Amino acid sequence: MLLIRCPYCEEDRPEVEFSYAGEAHIVRPVDPSLMDDAAWAEYLFVRDNARGRHYERWYHIYGCARFFNAVRDTVSDKFSMTYKMGQPRPTDAEITEANNDGLS
Amino acid sequence: MTGFRKTGCGRIAEAQVIHFTFDGKKYEGRKGDTLASALLANGVHLMGRSFKYHRPRGVMGAGSEEANALVTFDRGPGRVTPNVRATTLELFDGLVARSQNNWPNLKFDFGAINDVFSMMFPAGFYNKTFMWPKSFWDKVYEPVIRKLAGLGPAPTAADVDHYANIYRHCDVLVAGAGPAGIAAALAASETGNRVIVADEQNELGGSLLCTPGTIIDGQPAWQWLKESIEILKSRQNVTLLPRTTVIGYYHDNYLGLVERLTDHEKNLNPDKPRERMHRVRAGKVILATGSIERPLVFAGNDRPGVMLASAAQIYLNRYGVAVGNNVAVFTSHDSAYEVAFDLSDAGVNVASIIDVRPTVSEVLLEQARKRAITVQSRAVVCRTQGRLKITGVHIAQMQDQNIITRPTHIACDCLLMAGGWTPSVHLFSHSKGSLKWHDDIGASVPDLPNENAVSVGACNGTFGLTAGLDEGAIAGGGQGKFSTSATEFGRGQTWQALPTDRDPSKIKAFVDFQNDVTEKDINLAIREGFKSIEHVKRYTTTGMATDQGKTSNLNAVQIASKAIQAPVQQVGLTTFRPPYTPTSFGALVGYRAGDMFEVTRKTSIDGWAEENGAVFEPVSLWRRARYFPQGGEDMHAAVTRECEATRKGVGIFDASTLGKIEIVGPDAAKFMNLMYTNPWTMLAAGRCRYGLMLGEDGYIMDDGVIGRLADDRFHVTTTTGGAPRVLRMMEDYLQTEWPELDVWLTSTTEQWAVIALNGPHARKLLEPLVDGIELSPESFPHMAVREGTILGVETRLFRVSFSGELGFEINVPAHYGRDLWEALIKAGEGYGITPYGTETMHVLRAEKGFIIVGQDTDGTITPDDAGMSWAIGKKKLDFVGKRSLDRADIKASGRKQLVGLLTDDPDIVLEEGAHIVATSGQSVPMTMIGHVTSSYWSAALNRSIAMAVIKDGRALTGKSIYIPMPKKTHEAKICSAVFYDPKGERLNVV
Amino acid sequence: MVKYSVASLFANALHGHKKWPKQWPDAAPKKAYDVIIVGAGGHGLGAAYYLAKKYGVTNVAVIEKGWLGGGNTGRNTTIIRSNYLYDESARIYDHAVDLWDGLSQELNYNVMFSKRGVLMLAHSVHDVQSFQRHIHANRLNGVDNQWLTPEQAKAFCPPVNISPGARYPVLGAALQRRAGTARHDTVAWGYARAAAALGVDIIQNCAVTGIRRGADGAVQGVETERGFIGAKKIGVSTAGNSSVVMQMADLRFPLESYPLQALVSEPIKPVMPCVVMSNSVHAYISQSDKGELVIGAGTDQYISYSQRGALHILEHTLASICEIFPIFKRMRMLRSWGGVVDVTPDRSPILGKTPVPGLYVNCGWGTGGFKATPGAGDLLAYTIAKDEPHPINAPYTLERFQGGRLIDEAAAAAVAH
Repeated sequence: MLLIRCPYCEEDRPEVEFSYAGEAHIVRPVDPSLMDDAAWAEYLFVRDNARGRHYERWYHIYGCARFFNAVRDTVSDKFSMTYKMGQPRPTDAEITEANNDGLS
Repeated sequence: MTGFRKTGCGRIAEAQVIHFTFDGKKYEGRKGDTLASALLANGVHLMGRSFKYHRPRGVMGAGSEEANALVTFDRGPGRVTPNVRATTLELFDGLVARSQNNWPNLKFDFGAINDVFSMMFPAGFYNKTFMWPKSFWDKVYEPVIRKLAGLGPAPTAADVDHYANIYRHCDVLVAGAGPAGIAAALAASETGNRVIVADEQNELGGSLLCTPGTIIDGQPAWQWLKESIEILKSRQNVTLLPRTTVIGYYHDNYLGLVERLTDHEKNLNPDKPRERMHRVRAGKVILATGSIERPLVFAGNDRPGVMLASAAQIYLNRYGVAVGNNVAVFTSHDSAYEVAFDLSDAGVNVASIIDVRPTVSEVLLEQARKRAITVQSRAVVCRTQGRLKITGVHIAQMQDQNIITRPTHIACDCLLMAGGWTPSVHLFSHSKGSLKWHDDIGASVPDLPNENAVSVGACNGTFGLTAGLDEGAIAGGGQGKFSTSATEFGRGQTWQALPTDRDPSKIKAFVDFQNDVTEKDINLAIREGFKSIEHVKRYTTTGMATDQGKTSNLNAVQIASKAIQAPVQQVGLTTFRPPYTPTSFGALVGYRAGDMFEVTRKTSIDGWAEENGAVFEPVSLWRRARYFPQGGEDMHAAVTRECEATRKGVGIFDASTLGKIEIVGPDAAKFMNLMYTNPWTMLAAGRCRYGLMLGEDGYIMDDGVIGRLADDRFHVTTTTGGAPRVLRMMEDYLQTEWPELDVWLTSTTEQWAVIALNGPHARKLLEPLVDGIELSPESFPHMAVREGTILGVETRLFRVSFSGELGFEINVPAHYGRDLWEALIKAGEGYGITPYGTETMHVLRAEKGFIIVGQDTDGTITPDDAGMSWAIGKKKLDFVGKRSLDRADIKASGRKQLVGLLTDDPDIVLEEGAHIVATSGQSVPMTMIGHVTSSYWSAALNRSIAMAVIKDGRALTGKSIYIPMPKKTHEAKICSAVFYDPKGERLNVV
Repeated sequence: MVKYSVASLFANALHGHKKWPKQWPDAAPKKAYDVIIVGAGGHGLGAAYYLAKKYGVTNVAVIEKGWLGGGNTGRNTTIIRSNYLYDESARIYDHAVDLWDGLSQELNYNVMFSKRGVLMLAHSVHDVQSFQRHIHANRLNGVDNQWLTPEQAKAFCPPVNISPGARYPVLGAALQRRAGTARHDTVAWGYARAAAALGVDIIQNCAVTGIRRGADGAVQGVETERGFIGAKKIGVSTAGNSSVVMQMADLRFPLESYPLQALVSEPIKPVMPCVVMSNSVHAYISQSDKGELVIGAGTDQYISYSQRGALHILEHTLASICEIFPIFKRMRMLRSWGGVVDVTPDRSPILGKTPVPGLYVNCGWGTGGFKATPGAGDLLAYTIAKDEPHPINAPYTLERFQGGRLIDEAAAAAVAH
């Protein structure tokens, strides 16, 4: 059972407190009417489904009920970091540093 | 009879005599025995039959790795457990056990005919045959195969035991309480760490339990052990869990531990759970899981009486039982010598030590000479004799893996085999730690851990006692400064199959004892092209028995490696998967059984419904009253009565399960506009609107009546089942897409009880009870909401109707729900007030053509499909789902549209789900154009009605369509789904 | 190819089984092929077989990163059925069932297809409505599926608990009689042997690392761990790894890959005569010919390629099983494992052409790919051979997600009111 750090609660909590909420940083278009069907379908359905570093969202449904972002490796299932909703995608350097912090 | 019990040996009290029954025969045993040790004490070795060939089998080991001696443990109806290892079944007075997989009995089993014809049953034989004639597979072959397969008997009664579970957190989890584990626990707990120690055995101590002669730090091993355990017991920060197997090691140092609580107890306390699952999150894990001895692979290595050398040592030194009177020892490792010496010192004749290796250490040879034990080196057992029990072996000299001398025969009543040691790396591997192969021990050891874990002792490839104790202590944060009398663990070799003097294709040298996989089978697999170990395993089934290859995997992999002529790493090691040993479903189920399998959500009025004979139906996690039968009514009669009473008088309905969300803030209307199809800006405070919610893909997701209490406050309702989904979706958009909106959401589903009153008398009934709200039609129009009090209790009163009659929904704080309900029932007596359930609610709304999301829609229906384009705010620039409504297939013709159906024969009530075709008389496969979504008998119309979704349904209004049923095809006409009071005049009743 | 039969089994037995030939040779990759199939699972090997056998294309290689049949084909709970709701689904799964029936004889390899029946339990009014909708649609589509009362369900499968006092009582069941199970590994081996006998090269331990395309965008071949191998056409059948492979051709797909776990119990004598599935009390179960109970349920909740999954998923699954079968609570879990399944937004597969000329794809089968094995193989082969989908797989395009013409089997199970 994954242990997930909620960036709002600032605690490591067990997976059953959370609900997975899909790939992160998929921004709803400001004006969907400007998109053609292909672009709209891409927004709705196409995903990275990354094997390796994956940017994703989690919902602390049985905790603070907030959505947040995470970087997790989908092969090892290990989290590099979690970060608050609204924050930008972390840089490679930030992720490497977070990984190193995790190891020490 | 004390032939095999050795006085002065073992840890169990010789005086506590108990009795048990095996295969109907009564035997004597001792408290502290396992079934296996007790049977051996009685000279019984034959304990089972192998899976495929039904060969007689004796117990091979002394622990949970046992592959042969599987029994059925019977402690009464509902407490019969198949496939129990005799080696781990703790004896109690009166225990009853039976052998398995034999008929008519263990000694004489008809199934052994498979052994006679074994040449027809090599690995994978069933893939090559049973194909003709085709029909025979289902009718003949498979039923026979299934009958012959399986080991233990199938259960027949429900398990009467219950099981527990608990979450635990600790700083250090020590898996295994052998010497390394105990040293680790002592060190870790000394500094205050919360420590949990788990061991699968009933006693802590591991390998120390069978080596009493060893001295540790000046103390005899058992004394050191006793004192160490006492220290650990005395520490508050230590939890000792014997009889507890760590079954799996999961992500982030989460482990499952199963503790066995009652199987060993004679008297069962019905309040005590049989087993408990401990779900542990550990800061650090110290794996001290020891190692398992390997059998040797040689012709006839499976006869009863052929055992692992380490098992013989355990039976002697722990249980005080000699495994034979005249024991031969076949070994490739030094460790067997200590066993031989212990047996000899206890008075057992050691017929010979047959050592595969060319040279044996002088120290060991000297010890053997002292005891007059013959040692033959560069020797192999090339075959064995004895069907139900071994009687002797043939021994020959070997060179370059060939027999070079004529075999000589020696008699023996037990043959021990010692093929080296395999570190138990199962848990380490579950956690995705990497392994590295060590040629010198012929096994894999832990390399890099993937979690915060460290392996110590034998499971780390550290085989000496001193080194193991030191490693454990250091892992626990202490220092490694033990001194013991234990000699170096000793060297050894591991072998693939050993040579025989007979034709190799005619002998059986077993690798997997339970599944009857021989060395021949593995070579056959390689010959047929199955070269990876996973293929070999699946083709031969080696390693797939209940022991999961604990005593066979490495022999298999080395035989395969030799056959392919490639290093072991290329062949691969099979994946280790939880559970470490078979684990009761019950332990995994824990408390989630019976009444606690799943919550049942009930409204505050539910109790009244139950007391008044309601028949309930589950809706999502709730239970809702479906109808209230009176005087023996069936559902049809009850619903007919409830419908009539509601339309003629007044009906009362518990609508509390509907989801409710309070949406508050300056941007509330803006948010509502984005979440629902409807326009909300101009909706005045005090007014309601039916809201339609779509997914971003444009399909109807939920609906509900929404009241605007103020500019910045909406009381939103959702479907019963949809509430969590809707709230989640709202929170998602609010937090992640539009966080700039100043609005917040509160789930109030459980805070409001909701009572619906529908019928021409509804207002008259309500008026005298309500304060602060003017109920006249002018003051309180349809689709409005007011706040006030009812019988002194605050209320949000909605004028809304799902039935088409004059209707109100009274929202009060939930804890007043039942009192209010009862007060309304009483006040309504004069009006013939009638409680109704969800079935009547469904009929009434269907008569008015109102949809039920999830019944008339199914996640593929758009607003236009449902005839609800009117609910879309045409001027709105954006809302969730809007863009998807513009997609090509959504705008295309041929979409299923919601319509009404009236059967030509008014008495026919169509089946919900029945499919519709345009023309009758088609043959299968028919071209279907839609299906019936809702179908009822309408009391109001005195005929059946139905709703359906049909391709281009609206354009087909007035046309006939057909519903082919198995016995008859019905005809119906497409019409409007508003069957009753199409002008909506009933709402205007005064 | 030596014919397998009881006669050849006997003949070989006399020679100590030393004369059995390799079931498939170790092929060294040629420089180029007409068709390369990426992924030697049941679907991929099936496609190779049908290309050679039915559609006259024998210059085929199947390239596999691990050992053949080692992906989801070797990890599933072996359920085969075709009682799906939509016409398109009924057709594709029924096509597979038609091929299953007779597959052992066709391949001369006993895949142990057992028509013991799949019983789907209804536990609520909504379930009943949903199942009856399926049954009506199946009936008119010619797919066998019948409604049983609780008593009839119990008569068909005695271990089922039909007590009305259960939290989710059984209100009835839908039974497809010609559905059942097969031995998963043997399907892959059977197709591999038969395809190899027709000249197909099966190249294991050779991961594809790239898809090379020409200036016109069409495929030229695959880059692999053992070098470049040319191909005129490439069919990708890599299940959970489909996104990874399609990205080698710069294609992003509507897929998400989840862990799917399953488990077996220790073997016991026959007790489960059929397959039982329950959607509301989420779990499914059958008994293998070896006697083990084979149990599975839903995926873990997060995307993962780890093929692991959490213990609590199995706990919930077994709680459901014991709720439906109280007699099994004393059974013991022998082994649990996981695979990785690729799921589409409508839980229906994508089987057809891609925007890249010469590149064909078979993916998105999610948790239900095993049952379709022969059908998927056949249809992928057809599509590759003809460069056009067969009418049966024509609806399963990548483009359907744009227009909105989804085949949403899961939507029909949505609960509300």
